[in-house]
Amino acid sequence: MVLPLLWMLTTALKTSFEAQQAPPVLFPHHWQWQNFKTAWQAAPFTRYLWNSLLVAFLVTISQLVISTLAAYAFARLQFYGKRVLFILCLTTLLIPGEMLLIPNFVTITQLHWFDTYRGLVLPPLANFFSVLLLKQAFESIPTAIYQAARLDGAGDLRCLLSVGLPLVRPTLVTVGLLQIIASWNAFMWPLVATNSEQYRTLPVGLQSFTAEAGTQYQLLMAASTLAMIPLILVYLSGQRYLIQGLSRTGLKG
Amino acid sequence: MKQQPTLRGSLKAYLYLLPLLTALGLFTFYPMVKTLLMSLYTRYDFLTDHVSQIGWANFQFIWHDPDFHLALKNTVVFALWVVPLATILAMGCALLLARNPWFNRLLRTIYFLPFVTSTVAISLVWNWLFQTDYGLINAMRVWLGQTRIAWLSDPHYAMVALISLVLWKSLGVNILVMLVGISRIDQRLYQVAILDEASPHQRFWHLTLPLLKPTIALVILMTTIASFKLFNEVFVLFQGSPGPGKSTLTVVFYLYDKFYVAYQYGIAAAASVVLFVILLTLTALQWWVRQGAWHD
Repeated sequence: MVLPLLWMLTTALKTSFEAQQAPPVLFPHHWQWQNFKTAWQAAPFTRYLWNSLLVAFLVTISQLVISTLAAYAFARLQFYGKRVLFILCLTTLLIPGEMLLIPNFVTITQLHWFDTYRGLVLPPLANFFSVLLLKQAFESIPTAIYQAARLDGAGDLRCLLSVGLPLVRPTLVTVGLLQIIASWNAFMWPLVATNSEQYRTLPVGLQSFTAEAGTQYQLLMAASTLAMIPLILVYLSGQRYLIQGLSRTGLKG
Repeated sequence: MKQQPTLRGSLKAYLYLLPLLTALGLFTFYPMVKTLLMSLYTRYDFLTDHVSQIGWANFQFIWHDPDFHLALKNTVVFALWVVPLATILAMGCALLLARNPWFNRLLRTIYFLPFVTSTVAISLVWNWLFQTDYGLINAMRVWLGQTRIAWLSDPHYAMVALISLVLWKSLGVNILVMLVGISRIDQRLYQVAILDEASPHQRFWHLTLPLLKPTIALVILMTTIASFKLFNEVFVLFQGSPGPGKSTLTVVFYLYDKFYVAYQYGIAAAASVVLFVILLTLTALQWWVRQGAWHD
């Protein structure tokens, strides 16, 4: 299971000569820690990392705000056209992202958002899945709690902020984690939405690095390792929420 | 006590919904319509946004394009291999893990890890593993007395390489879903079965398997839909090409190629409409199966 990852690590620590041995050398003689530094400096990885961080951060925060507001509205507020709107939004889950690729590309180009942060961050915000998860979470809070707050004179917004939010915190974390992972690993959209090195995210940058690194596999493996580290850290710290959240979606509709 | 909607209440609610609806409207509904329209543009100048001709020619082109047929065939072949393999592997692992919850918790970090790793980074690692001369996989073959295989440049084996990569990456998630399904089975049923002196073999075939059917169906459909959307792994594993001799050209890759490389927007749009119809059918199946699951 972890064999590929282990192999990646050991290769990253080999010299260029050791990496290209046939049959392959299993363990490097001396651990070439400087490979990590060389790989990092061979392409503007710092820029790529910063872009990935920025995009992931912006998308996740915005997503959480947008989804929480919408989920609360669907869960707790009464309004005209609620059911129709909900079903309409559900249909967006059926649409594959790949289908939206082309027109979104055309849209951001016409708005002059191509190769900008706006073009990278805004389109992925159109996501109803998080709203669904949060709506479920809001609905699982007993009505009595909300009514108690209302009796104390809280308006809708206050109810959301003081009562709803703290109680759905685990779901918020799950949604946040899922979004961070999705943004960080997104490949197709950043590939299409950016052109210059300046705005590339890590996955796209890593891929373009392979063209430059050629057969320097030890550098490639070092770069791959580095690319994985941030997300692995996130994963290790948020594992519990992630798996719980995913288990729940596997069950329900 | 349910309140009735009021005008004031509705306006307030729509204010809450405004950001979501703006995002969805701009980047989902509008593009959806635009794609459908674009699939009918037979002459489109992107730079001036001028449509000179419309018609069904794009769809006709796809219908006759051998590349599209190849893409469809490859995608279907891929799905036919991956779906059963992924499901059976996941089920097997999940059943084993379900017996030892302690062991499961220990391994969970590991088997779920591929889910969070970047597809690009992982595909690069597998590219490295499958290298003809320096790859670990060929090294093991040689060690076992077999010949080397040119995984990434031989059209016959490229698909195998791709399938291995995808199976490895998706195993963790599928195991998780299976485990959830297994946990829903009432343990008392097993106790009764044991009292009735049912063999493990019988317990599996007559108790576990039927009760897991909705979960199995779910994994099958999740994997199928994901198979049809395959792009990242192909792009990185074969470094931007659709595999040796286009042997791993998938539908989405065809879409990407026509759109970003050949600038044939109309044709790409038409291809995405076809993809959408296929996915819609599969997803409708998925919902229908879920309905069946609730009745259990």
